[in-house]
Amino acid sequence: MFKSFEPNKIFAITSKAPKYVLFLFIIVLTIGLTEALILSPEDYKQSDAVRIMYVHVPAAWISLGIFSSLALLSVGSFVFKNKNFALIAKSLAPSGFIFNIIALVTGSIWGKPTWGTWWAWDARITSMLILALFYGMYLLAWRIYENKEQVIKVTSFIAILGVINIPIIKFSVDWWNTLHQPASIKILSTNTAIHSSMLVPLGIMTAAFVLFSLLIFLMKYNTELIKLKNKGLDRL
Amino acid sequence: MINEIISMNGYGTYVWSAFSFTLISFTTLYFVTKLQLLKEQKRFASKFGSLSVEKAKAARSQIINREILSNTSNI
Repeated sequence: MFKSFEPNKIFAITSKAPKYVLFLFIIVLTIGLTEALILSPEDYKQSDAVRIMYVHVPAAWISLGIFSSLALLSVGSFVFKNKNFALIAKSLAPSGFIFNIIALVTGSIWGKPTWGTWWAWDARITSMLILALFYGMYLLAWRIYENKEQVIKVTSFIAILGVINIPIIKFSVDWWNTLHQPASIKILSTNTAIHSSMLVPLGIMTAAFVLFSLLIFLMKYNTELIKLKNKGLDRL
Repeated sequence: MINEIISMNGYGTYVWSAFSFTLISFTTLYFVTKLQLLKEQKRFASKFGSLSVEKAKAARSQIINREILSNTSNI
């Protein structure tokens, strides 16, 4: 089933794709920044501080999405005994971690003018910080362990344990009284509490961030494949 | 117009620092990842260069090795 996705077969694509993805990313990011910083309207309550949403929200969404993927890939590597899943997960983690940090830092910057504080031990913020710790442990485990079997087991355990935190982050604003407002955008409902003049730039910035994580993933995946091939040359 | 964009109704410091932090993080991650990739490509080319003719021929029989070498020659 996964034969056509074997590294040897897809390297021809993954090695050439980054330059096209980078080109597309720059175009989408330029449009997104123009929309977010100049064309989109200010909020009637938050004024121009609302523009921070255009980097904070996509970064948070993508960091959650990538961590969920890490857990799925970890389960996949056990079920299908396919080490390529672990390699894909390893290559996704750095961009997920950076997006998590961006969400925390920009959230802190947004918090000062809107809530009057840089930080609060609010359920959403604290659970996002815990996610950053899981990302940190995941990346550190790949550096610490040298045994391939062991590192796959440890990183999979971290990813599967950490994914419990994802629904907590998602529903923290509904389960507890937090500084964060409930979700304004509901994928499964048409009842979205955000105007299209703000939804469009948010969508474009999300697309730009997705392209960036794809770019980093491809570069990292190629690096990992070449590392494996370097080891292969040593064995010749 | 430009002053309005810079000041952002008094929220300029917050808005610009949030966007700057994001773009600096992107640039740093991109270049760190790119450097790691170039380092591995160079290591591969150097190892390949030190192989005997027979071993190099065996290594070249793999498509992925040929792809890596062709990418390395573009550096």
